[in-house]
Amino acid sequence: MSPSTPLSTAQTVALVLLRLFVGWHFLYEGVIKFHSPSWTSKGYLLSATYLESFFTWLASESMIFIVDTLNITALLWVGIALILGFKTRFASMVGIGLLLLYYFAHPPFPNYPQGITEGSYWIINKNLIEAAALLIVFLFPTSKIFGLERLFVKSTVPTQPL
Amino acid sequence: MATDKRLFSGFSRRDVLKSLAGLPILGTVWAAGLNTVNQTQLEKHYLLEKLNIKASPPPPSGPMSGEPLRVGLIGFGIRGEQLMRALGFATPEWMEEMAKASEKDPNDTRLADFQAQENLNVKLTAICDIFDVRAEKAVQAFNRNGNSCTRYKTYQDLINSGQVDAIIIATPDHWHAPMSIAAIEAGVHAYVEKPMTHSIAETYTLRDAVRRNPKSVFAVGHQHRQTLSFLTAQDAIAKNTLGHVSLVVTNTNRNDDNGAWQYPIHPDASPETIDWNAFLGNAPLVEFNPEHFFRWRKWWAYGSGLSGDLLTHDYDRINCVLNMGIPKYVTASGGVYTHRDGRNVPDVMQVNMDFPDFSTGSSQENGKEKGMSLVYSATLGNQFDRGTVLMGHDASMELGNTLTIYADPRSSQYKEMITEGKIDPSVPIYQYDPSANGVDAVTSATAKYFANKGLLWTYRDGKRVDSTFLHLREWLSCIRNGGAPSCGIAEGFEEAITAHMAGLSYKTGRKIEWNPSTEQIMALPGEDLDAILLDNSVVV
Repeated sequence: MSPSTPLSTAQTVALVLLRLFVGWHFLYEGVIKFHSPSWTSKGYLLSATYLESFFTWLASESMIFIVDTLNITALLWVGIALILGFKTRFASMVGIGLLLLYYFAHPPFPNYPQGITEGSYWIINKNLIEAAALLIVFLFPTSKIFGLERLFVKSTVPTQPL
Repeated sequence: MATDKRLFSGFSRRDVLKSLAGLPILGTVWAAGLNTVNQTQLEKHYLLEKLNIKASPPPPSGPMSGEPLRVGLIGFGIRGEQLMRALGFATPEWMEEMAKASEKDPNDTRLADFQAQENLNVKLTAICDIFDVRAEKAVQAFNRNGNSCTRYKTYQDLINSGQVDAIIIATPDHWHAPMSIAAIEAGVHAYVEKPMTHSIAETYTLRDAVRRNPKSVFAVGHQHRQTLSFLTAQDAIAKNTLGHVSLVVTNTNRNDDNGAWQYPIHPDASPETIDWNAFLGNAPLVEFNPEHFFRWRKWWAYGSGLSGDLLTHDYDRINCVLNMGIPKYVTASGGVYTHRDGRNVPDVMQVNMDFPDFSTGSSQENGKEKGMSLVYSATLGNQFDRGTVLMGHDASMELGNTLTIYADPRSSQYKEMITEGKIDPSVPIYQYDPSANGVDAVTSATAKYFANKGLLWTYRDGKRVDSTFLHLREWLSCIRNGGAPSCGIAEGFEEAITAHMAGLSYKTGRKIEWNPSTEQIMALPGEDLDAILLDNSVVV
């Protein structure tokens, strides 16, 4: 998808930065979990305040290993893809999926317990904002401008008329 | 503007940079993450190695093989039913109730836990309860699945029936010692609920009986001795992690009728269904009174209030970690402040137990530190959980089913590590949670109170296990395979004397002193301490 009007350099730089920052965050979260053998999402899932039966099922004995492994893999993969600029549109979708799962386990709905958070939220929280950021990354791909995909595309080189 | 598509042509250094610039970012973020994890783990390992606390389970009790042991139960009340479940015998009514509870709340695994419990290879052959309804309930429930259970009208009949190898006593306090003594003298093993005794005199008589009959295995029901965190706490103390412990605080906080011993009175209770004289025993003669029968913990004549019912648990929890024995001095105060319903045992009570010669160890110059106070603070009018804390010069340890140790900012032992920033006094230097990833469904405030103290369950290999089950198993193993129960007559003696000193101090308003060389509670000339302790007059 291409914007109907060309983006200014500053706009492109901003989009690249947004992609890199979200990728940075995903990757760091993934690396910390990947290298911490005792880490598990069980506590987060079991303390879910919405769709409890679904999240309790995810936390069950038979599921938790798969859930943890998939979560770490997805975090790492989304992070790497966004930073390197490779398959960013697919990575954005996976990232949005993950963030929505985190969001719905502990949504900041009115009158829902908020648990331990570092700020104050009403319906919108940082998970949802990050998901929205990924939607922008999805809609405004930049990996052909800054990223691995630049290597693999047929570059369109403007030429002077002869 | 004309365009010309040329594959990979015109690739400038700038293009390559823009294509691969993500790589160094990727490497940097990954390295930073790895570094953070390593740093945290290094610090954790450094501390853990330094502290070297072993979170090891107690040695498992021996095999349950051989001929089934024949067990009799005296007292099929609230505690009696719990003990029978720990032994492997549940009533159909309970099973039904628990099935419903687990349907309602999938985290409520009480039925599944019971069904998964190891078979202890015992027969419940005899039951004695002086309330017909309860006795019949037991007979109905336990004459099935190959078990045959006979009702005996009196405890003497049960003990001397020849049908029991061992008995479990879950009666009001004033029957604990007489029944234990009768069993031990008859060569029958006995497991008695706490407090071990109701009067001072019978504490000595029971100890003599147990000492004279070493073949009968005697155990007191302080099941928290099986809890994993207490064994870890013992190791932390042995390694001088806390330094000199000068103060230990333990508490009871309850705020409901059940927790205040306002148990339901059965509608079928009458002089026809209850053997009233058998209930009274050595207690003062009064007319039939169902409230006394069902809520006996509220009167000194049959129970011993906070000091006998709940201080004993907290005292023994600390005694099993510190092994400090009987306090030299006990002072107590309190009153009936939250349930003015005719009871005469206090429902708010503070007990200070002093051990002037005791020390857990020291990290300072020799001779500077000695002596410790154990404070038990209780109210039945508030359930704020204050926790149990052992407070040492070097660290404080919060003790429950989980165990947490915080370094003290002014510690001598950790001074350097605190200065270097390796220890942050606001962050635990050690935390032990045997439930790890588990979740527990706690159904009531009183159950939560007990669970936090390790009285309901503990963990083995991360699995929840009923601590009463483990405690009974240990007693059965001592009967079958030899060995001494973790809470035997010596520990029971210390628990009972301490509770009686607290009761005496409350009643006399005086500091009560223990003479360790004569092993006597010191009395004023002509004073009958038991008469004071058991005095059942009602406070107004």
